[in-house]
Amino acid sequence: MKRERAINAAVVLAMLVVPLWAWMADEPFILTLATKVAILALAGVGLNIALGLGGLVSFGHAAFFGIGGYAMGILASHVQSYTPLMEWPLLIEGSKSMPVIWVVAMMASGLAALVIGALSLRTSGVYFIMITLAFGQMLYYFAISWSAYGGEDGLSIYVRNGFPGLNTLDPVQFLLLCYAVLGVVLFGAARLARSPFGLALSAARQSAARVETVGIAPYRVRLVAFAISGAVTGLAGALYADLNRFVSPTMFSWHTSGEIMVFVILGGVARLFGPVAGAALYILLEHLLGGVSDYWQIWLGLLLLAVVLFARGGLIGTLAGREVAHD
Amino acid sequence: MTEVVLQTRGISKAFGAVQASTEISLDLRAGEIHALIGPNGAGKSTLIKQIAGNLAPDSGTVQFLGRDVTGLGTVARARMGLGRTFQISALAMEHTVLQNAVLGALGARGGVFRFFRDVMRNRELTEVAMQALERVGLQDQAATRTAELSHGQRRQLEVAVALTLGPRAFLMDEPMAGLGAEGSKHLTGLLDGLRAEAPILLVEHDMDAVFALADRISVLVYGRVIATGTGPEIRANAEVRQAYLGAEDAA
Ligand SMILES: Nc1ncnc2c1ncn2[C@@H]1O[C@H](COP(=O)(O)OP(=O)(O)OP(=O)(O)O)[C@@H](O)[C@H]1O
Ligand SMILES: [Mg+2]
Repeated sequence: MKRERAINAAVVLAMLVVPLWAWMADEPFILTLATKVAILALAGVGLNIALGLGGLVSFGHAAFFGIGGYAMGILASHVQSYTPLMEWPLLIEGSKSMPVIWVVAMMASGLAALVIGALSLRTSGVYFIMITLAFGQMLYYFAISWSAYGGEDGLSIYVRNGFPGLNTLDPVQFLLLCYAVLGVVLFGAARLARSPFGLALSAARQSAARVETVGIAPYRVRLVAFAISGAVTGLAGALYADLNRFVSPTMFSWHTSGEIMVFVILGGVARLFGPVAGAALYILLEHLLGGVSDYWQIWLGLLLLAVVLFARGGLIGTLAGREVAHD
Repeated sequence: MTEVVLQTRGISKAFGAVQASTEISLDLRAGEIHALIGPNGAGKSTLIKQIAGNLAPDSGTVQFLGRDVTGLGTVARARMGLGRTFQISALAMEHTVLQNAVLGALGARGGVFRFFRDVMRNRELTEVAMQALERVGLQDQAATRTAELSHGQRRQLEVAVALTLGPRAFLMDEPMAGLGAEGSKHLTGLLDGLRAEAPILLVEHDMDAVFALADRISVLVYGRVIATGTGPEIRANAEVRQAYLGAEDAA
């Protein structure tokens, strides 16, 4: 536990020092990469609540990432085109304000997770993986055919959305905003893991029969966890769309689900900072190996294989040693 | 007549060709320990599962606290006050002993859907949990990972978690197994006092414990209750001696 804290601190330090250096050396590209790491880590933190704490292997988190992205795209595109979102029965305008977009993104993706979870949590194991995958792909094809919002081509947003008191066009300010969001969510996730709900959720992962026997329904606990998990990943989707000023059906594709899962597994399943370390490592590898060879994912695959076979706790787990259940 | 807390009426259950329960009717009365004995594979655990709600009987009903609970699931029956221990430990192995006990206290008190406060700092829950651990003699293991406990200690923890529920009736499936002489003696003493809090339906292979504790004993053979009675009555029963106790009764 102590060692894990030290490792977490090192991860935080690296995430601060690298952009600081990039800022002083005037390397805006590195700043963008750091922002991307923070946002993808956030998506992973979301998945980790379902996967790490709850043992729910969702292969469909792209659905929530994509819904978050489209929430941003749809709201902003209406402002961009000076058309209201809806005129009847009541007038609803689009929005270019990040707080509004985030709330909508989280509510939409959380609600979707509630529906998808309600149907898929009745199964388990491979069936659960397949059903969540199927829902993700359904939304993917839906987005492709949704011509009102760009269909296959997606939506471009010309100016990044705003946040009160900040200039989000400045890469440093946007980076810090993303860090702040990640920090708040990490704090919340740490509390959640130790809360009554977290205890019930992680116990249900280890023995559903035990949880039932003390009068707690595992299904309900898992469903709520899945909704929270989806909402966090949806928030990441909204930020990711804002980073790129672009949304497309790719956000919904199963590759995205796989990548989010890779962050978690690389960094360490059920470790608070696992997704952060995993996303950082992933982007680093993509950046370094991607320059050397187009086939860098083969190396990623090998690394992933090594982690699964020899280092089950991922980067954080391997360095920190076995998890000691919290005091 | 004393109050009947738990009752099965004509419960039958078949697994393919295996008739695991045949027309089983038995009751558990306030203040008693009712032992259920029988050879391996007699259907004792199967009966417990049907009473606890893990398995639906093919026919027959289960009544608990005067209510027909046959249609209710495990969770609902637990919430009504049915405390249960498993023959094969069902515990959160990665969690500490105390965390498992706190989970029980949490289930009994409700408030699972709280997301922010540290559950292990909730005095109300940890006190109930610690008390239960003390009663089974696991207080020194409170901070140990459950996976590191011996088989016997896991059995004790099962009992402790059931205690945290403050249940109206206990179902215990071989709580003494793997406990050793010292541990069995301690648990026998605990169960002896426990019957005043809530009656116990006790499945047990340890005949010394059964005859020392049970107010009544039911004998299950091939899914059928062949006799119910007090210890001496069961010892004297010819059918039981033939079917089951025969080999062990040399003493
Ligand atoms: N899920 C199941 N599917 C098929 N057969 C089962 C199942 N559960 C139990 N049985 C069979 O039902 C019979 C009764 O099993 P049960 O576990 O209830 O016996 P038991 O009296 O608890 O035995 P033991 O003393 O070994 O614990 C056995 O023949 C067993 O093989
Ligand atoms: Mg059994």
